[in-house]
Amino acid sequence: MTTQTPNGFTLDNSGKRVVVDPVTRIEGHMRCEVNVNDEGIITNAVSTGTMWRGLEVILKGRDPRDAWAFTERICGVCTGTHALTSVRAVEDALGITIPDNANSIRNIMQLALQIHDHIVHFYHLHALDWVNPVNALRADPKATSELQQMVSPSHPMSSPGYFRDVQNRLKKFVESGQLGLFKNGYWDNPAYLLPPEADLMATTHYLEALDLQKEIVKVHTIFGGKNPHPNWLVGGVPCAINVHGVGAVGAINMERLNLVSSIIDKCMEFNKNVYLPDVVAIGGFYKNWLYGGGLSSKSVLAYGDIPEHPNDFSADQLHLPRGAIINGNLNEVHDVDVRDPEQVQEFVDHSWYDYGEPGKGLHPWDGETNPKFELGPNLKGTRTHIEEIDESAKYSWIKAPRWRGHAMEVGPLSRYIIGYAKGHEDIKNQVEGLLRTMDLPVEALFSTLGRTAARALESEYCGRLQKHFFDKLITNIKNGDSSTANVEKWDPKTWPKEAKGVGMTEAPRGALGHWVRIKDGRIENYQCVVPTTWNGSPRDSQGNIGAFEASLLDTKMERPEEPVEILRTLHSFDPCLACSTHVMSPDGAPLTTVKVR
Amino acid sequence: MQEIRPERVLVLGIGNVLWADEGFGVRCVETMSQTHALPENVRLLDGGTQGLYLLPFLEEADALLVFDAVDFGLTPGTLVTMRDGDVPAFMGAKKMSLHQTGFQDVIATAQLMGYCPEHMTLIGCQPVELEDYGGSLRPAVSAQIPHALAEAVRELASWGITVTEGATPSNDLVDPSLARDAYEQGRPAEDDACRIGDYRFFPSAAKVRA
Repeated sequence: MTTQTPNGFTLDNSGKRVVVDPVTRIEGHMRCEVNVNDEGIITNAVSTGTMWRGLEVILKGRDPRDAWAFTERICGVCTGTHALTSVRAVEDALGITIPDNANSIRNIMQLALQIHDHIVHFYHLHALDWVNPVNALRADPKATSELQQMVSPSHPMSSPGYFRDVQNRLKKFVESGQLGLFKNGYWDNPAYLLPPEADLMATTHYLEALDLQKEIVKVHTIFGGKNPHPNWLVGGVPCAINVHGVGAVGAINMERLNLVSSIIDKCMEFNKNVYLPDVVAIGGFYKNWLYGGGLSSKSVLAYGDIPEHPNDFSADQLHLPRGAIINGNLNEVHDVDVRDPEQVQEFVDHSWYDYGEPGKGLHPWDGETNPKFELGPNLKGTRTHIEEIDESAKYSWIKAPRWRGHAMEVGPLSRYIIGYAKGHEDIKNQVEGLLRTMDLPVEALFSTLGRTAARALESEYCGRLQKHFFDKLITNIKNGDSSTANVEKWDPKTWPKEAKGVGMTEAPRGALGHWVRIKDGRIENYQCVVPTTWNGSPRDSQGNIGAFEASLLDTKMERPEEPVEILRTLHSFDPCLACSTHVMSPDGAPLTTVKVR
Repeated sequence: MQEIRPERVLVLGIGNVLWADEGFGVRCVETMSQTHALPENVRLLDGGTQGLYLLPFLEEADALLVFDAVDFGLTPGTLVTMRDGDVPAFMGAKKMSLHQTGFQDVIATAQLMGYCPEHMTLIGCQPVELEDYGGSLRPAVSAQIPHALAEAVRELASWGITVTEGATPSNDLVDPSLARDAYEQGRPAEDDACRIGDYRFFPSAAKVRA
């Protein structure tokens, strides 16, 4: 049957149904079903978060100053982003301001996480949708060296011998039968378009990125006292500064600040010499594969982040832009107020929760998390073994957040579209430069490739921002300010009887908000609306589809039983289901099941 | 047999403390820091559900001892010790993981990069209950912590490392708000906080609600 969604998409649920469960190389667990017509074109898409998340409810009654430590445990990736969002929410509720150094240090940590996540996502979770490491074994190392020098003349690691060594290492790894990290690929699918040399170059950078990511996280160890699970503090940051100190423990000293500085430089070099050139080189081979735009050309949202000054979240003071674009009108960027009960609302008509009445939307401060698992009448299979889900009923553990009723895409591409539309100088220059280099029109941004490219541009921009805040921190310290925390309101006796607050960040994968209500010194209600809730949202009561679902429509699949194209587009969102929902696959089987019916 | 004498040892607990017996590994290292004095070349670490973030710690270690809740298909509460080549295979088998870059992938990555610890030992416990969000260890699993630690002490002794009674203060453990006592005592009532999940993945929840 063909239907038209209010947000402008045509759905047809006839034809073959392809089920991918679980979608691999993401955080958490999700399932995806699509209908494919005789030409192999996707005509309907249904994304299901197959985990239930209960973080909010276990925070009830706890000390709000501890919430960050719990939210840090939601998942294995965004630890710091959740913690930062949490402390911001509590500070907002209690009217706590933070010192300038704390703002710079938090920004440096948040940017480090952003860069770490983008690089790891591109090389270790997403590249294998474009790059074929098995094909790399057939590459000529000499030609690979020439390619490397052409795409990035200033990258020092480019000799034929270097690529030969890497190729031998790969061969050994593959021959030992432990394809390991590269298992589950569809390595002979015609959707892979790179020549062997480009595959070898990119696979080599997969290894270089692994080495670099180990360095990046040291920033968290230095400022957060430890990593994984760095420490955070309501009122500032938990590290003292004493530039005259020595050693690797105790207060932050010059030695450790110099280490941070050298890591920032390494990231900037990698972004410039490796990451961006790779995206341009790989993207060049896929220039005609401009599927996957989905909602990005219509409705995008960002809360903004990286405040220049402490305690000032006004839009023009944020380095990562804030705003909302609806119905594709780039000439009008709306401001976003996350406190306004009319703006951000969550709906559960197609989610396994209950609000007591249909069509109801709740602002997160009034959010409820009451699970209600029920399946629709058109379900195929059984309750415990679902063959085909019924999307006309409830079908996901993810709620459907909406901005003024609109389904929105969030993430690096959304931030970049908003920045571009607002005339944000750095972002506009980057975007125009990339489009010129690749000889592509601005419309090309609204695609899977655009999402992947925006992430690379943002990684580069975040590197520069890191440097900016590092310099700011040093200048401030040199001027005699070593304050890192404000503990005036640490004692709950200083708090009002009731308070509510909101914390916002731009997580690597998009807009993240925590809304908290505090009563008698304890958490009364806590709601997280995470990026993948926006992007992975199911349909709402009006029938609007979410970003994942919209992005898959009209894509041509080379071989429906090998869902390379589906994975490529879903991965481009860097989905993280661990915090948008909670646990898990029935047997943790690493192999994705793909069923075509 | 060649003697194993690693210079640097990593004792790692992995799992999610928010999730009943999934917290076994993390609670083992937490308890070990309170009851055992370890020499300086042994590092205790709460790895949580982290993936690639753990790579630098593996690189620094010549031998790795991991505590984890693992589904061996045995009677709940059973302890199993695995060594070297068997470790990754078992950690992947029916392992319930919050994250696709699970620890198995971390080991595979370390091997690819050529810095996987030469010796690896896994002390795993068959969980009783995982489907209790916000809950803590079940008695049968909790009771295995002293045995798991005794096994670890024996394993470390076989590596030439002497462990005595005492304490090992460490920065690399859970935040005090998540320490076992605080975590358990601060738990909200069941009426306030739903503890179970999806029928398909939580069969006992289905039974309760059916």
